[in-house]
Amino acid sequence: MKLTLKIWRQKNRDEKGKFVSYSVNNVNPEMSMLECLDVLNEDLIQRGEEPVAFEHDCREGICGSCGFMINGHAHGPQTATTACQLTMRHFKDGDQLTLEPWRAAAFPLVKDLVVDRRAFDRIIAAGGYISVSTGNAPDGNAIPVPKGIADRAMDAATCIGCGACVAACPNASASLFTGAKISHLGLLPQGKPEQDRRALNMVAQMSEEPFGGCTNIGQCTESCPKEIPLEVIANMNRDYRVATLRKRDDLIQVITPVTTWSSDSKS
Amino acid sequence: MKLDARIPSGPIEKAWDKARFDMKLVNPANKRKHTVLVVGSGLAGASASASMGELGYNVKCFCFQDSPRRAHSIAAQGGINAAKNYQNDGDSVFRLFYDTVKGGDFRSREANVYRLAQNSVNIIDQCVAQGVPFAREYGGALTNRSFGGAQVSRTFYARGQTGQQLLLGAYQALERQVSTGTVTMFPRTEMLDLIVVDGQARGIVTRNLITGELDVHFGDAVVLASGGYGNVYYLSTNAKGSNVTASWRAHKRGALFANPCFTQIHPTCIPVSGDYQSKLTLMSESLRNDGRIWVPKKKGDKRPPSQIPADERDYYLERRYPSFGNLVPRDVASRNAKHVCDEGRGVGESGLGVYLDFSDAIARLGENVIRERYGNLFDMYQRITDENPYKVPMRIYPAIHYTMGGLWVDYYLQSTIPGLFVAGEANFSDHGANRLGASALMQGLSDGYFIIPYTVGNYIANSKLDKVDESHPVVQEAVAGVKNSIHTLLSIKGKRTVDSFHRQLGKIIWDECGMSRTAEGLKKAIGQVRELKQEFWQNVNVPGSGSDLNQSLEKAGRVADFFELGELMCIDALNRNESCGGHFREEYQTPDGEAKRDDENYSYVAAWGYNGPDSEPTLTKEPLEFEYVHPSQRSYK
Repeated sequence: MKLTLKIWRQKNRDEKGKFVSYSVNNVNPEMSMLECLDVLNEDLIQRGEEPVAFEHDCREGICGSCGFMINGHAHGPQTATTACQLTMRHFKDGDQLTLEPWRAAAFPLVKDLVVDRRAFDRIIAAGGYISVSTGNAPDGNAIPVPKGIADRAMDAATCIGCGACVAACPNASASLFTGAKISHLGLLPQGKPEQDRRALNMVAQMSEEPFGGCTNIGQCTESCPKEIPLEVIANMNRDYRVATLRKRDDLIQVITPVTTWSSDSKS
Repeated sequence: MKLDARIPSGPIEKAWDKARFDMKLVNPANKRKHTVLVVGSGLAGASASASMGELGYNVKCFCFQDSPRRAHSIAAQGGINAAKNYQNDGDSVFRLFYDTVKGGDFRSREANVYRLAQNSVNIIDQCVAQGVPFAREYGGALTNRSFGGAQVSRTFYARGQTGQQLLLGAYQALERQVSTGTVTMFPRTEMLDLIVVDGQARGIVTRNLITGELDVHFGDAVVLASGGYGNVYYLSTNAKGSNVTASWRAHKRGALFANPCFTQIHPTCIPVSGDYQSKLTLMSESLRNDGRIWVPKKKGDKRPPSQIPADERDYYLERRYPSFGNLVPRDVASRNAKHVCDEGRGVGESGLGVYLDFSDAIARLGENVIRERYGNLFDMYQRITDENPYKVPMRIYPAIHYTMGGLWVDYYLQSTIPGLFVAGEANFSDHGANRLGASALMQGLSDGYFIIPYTVGNYIANSKLDKVDESHPVVQEAVAGVKNSIHTLLSIKGKRTVDSFHRQLGKIIWDECGMSRTAEGLKKAIGQVRELKQEFWQNVNVPGSGSDLNQSLEKAGRVADFFELGELMCIDALNRNESCGGHFREEYQTPDGEAKRDDENYSYVAAWGYNGPDSEPTLTKEPLEFEYVHPSQRSYK
């Protein structure tokens, strides 16, 4: 089949970009979206033009590298599907597909369809972990975890960090991403000791980055290729609020002698 | 050159304890004065970086992706082995060790494998403590499943996304160290050369993939954790970016490359659908727990599977291997699939496929249980093929998946270049000629969490290193070399794209150095690879410049290395006149078609040295001794 790809081309952050239309004639319905771009790129190179830069790696929907807007949908119109697993059989001969990079202030453009998502790494570095150094661990079965809790933690932990939630959100909020990690770790008994600190620090970092706020629109979960539930944002807000109320960052402050008690201690 | 594996003397159970006690330590206050460079951020690289950061070393970690969390370990599905014996089914450290040595067809080093089995139990503890959401029983305890090549249930898993969850655990530990400042992360940065000063690895030359700038990073030690080389076949289950460049450039600087022909073909992948295909998708081996593999008994039977009655189906693995059945090791399962397809009994349009059928398991356990166990894999299959595996059997075919070969390392994971350590899939050490399922994650984390932090410290404590800087002639030569090769690639401006060369190279290697090999075919392949390599350097077309994001240029550099590696793989396969594990030479098989080893002549690690672009490589042998697991013909009957 034949498709027209209208693709955002931009050499780098400083130069102006524009849409360029290309027709691809030999599209096989079994091909993935990225394979369709491969075919176009081979053609462009042969014609002496620069191929379209796009991010990709595992091509099986788990690494989170790929992703761009396809006809206004993050990762395209199929639910629970990343661009690398979106097969062309979902489109019709003669269709036009508009491909744009994720658009969010927190994800500065690198080139064509490639953006910089390091803001996500910084949010994780702010507290998206359990502080247990190598060698510190008790036996794996020492802490029983109810199956239901383990399953819910796993649901949240499946986030691949692709950024579709931010791209789909009219506010460009990173709440689904941040909430997913806060939920994953906060639900598990291993994550409880740092639950307050984690929520405070990760939310603080998220606010530091130019992401927007959450207004419960739900586009994020709609476009999430891993179907992370909206519930994780509620978990994040609850953890953040509880932590703010408790105004403590760890148990050590609670047992500090009364004489040094100060209501404005750092939270 | 004589290879010394530095295996500690005494009983194998005590070897690692003894080695650790004999190691010199670095004073805690001095650790931050030492810099360790880690290339790669997968399970081995991220866990090594995080653990050394926790100890207080100054760590720099490099990855070519935009974030360390993208490393290809993330795609591992099935699980991770550990000798916990939580199931009370007779497992032990010794049994895991035994299964792994036997599964590797007696071509791995016993002491390394024993240590791997010992560490396996600590890995699970560490990962649970980090919050890895492993599957649980209703009582809250960890649950297990079984995997190929074992008769106990020792595989821990997190749905079909175990690699993802383990990597995220290591990534989070890494990011924690980034926040404390012990680890500096360099994403979108590719290592292009190794700097060796006075025989010791002292640094790397890197290219910033966004700006094209070349940088030099110096350190007291370099750890390569840059993964395997399966992408030499073009079509593989590896990520598109996975490459051999870091390892290969180190090889060219003097690190020996061991057993390059030991590659693993995974039996359960989605079959190829067309020429445009860019990669193959794995369906976890865990599916073989509940799926039954079959083909029609008749050749060329084109009826849909539902219309083929039970007595006209050949459940060939259950028939040939009654005791292991569908759970035979990967090499055996793959070869048998190829065999039935070669007979003309393959299914699907191309005839290159066999059925993996869940109807019996669904009838026995109910669709819900199957959905719980494999739901995401079934969904993925359906997304790709547009067929519903709950109703129609899956079609699968073998594909290249993992490479057991890699840079030669001693017991301390140090290569033949002092100060250059190699961890995870990038080294050759633990899986012999065939890796058992759920052992790759185990090895990556064992190396990264529990071995590298000790052995790198020991090396640093024992070394007196002079300061090097960019003015050193070795450094200038390395940077000039990298600049030069980038310039050459960009200025050829030929007629063919990098991918077209890569595809052609992959086909040669797959046809002649894939699931089965012959002396004649390998000789032919060596000639073809050399010819194609020559054409590449005269006729490749790399568009764009070297001073911005140029994905064609990145690929070109990697494919150039794959040419040289591909040739070495064929040379190694030609040298090894026996069949073992994934290396099946048609000339060497038992009457019933199983791999026939030659222990008398080939019980060694073949470590190859680089002698320049137009010279034959030098073979150095490390003899293998088996004191604890006596070599026998592997039988899964």
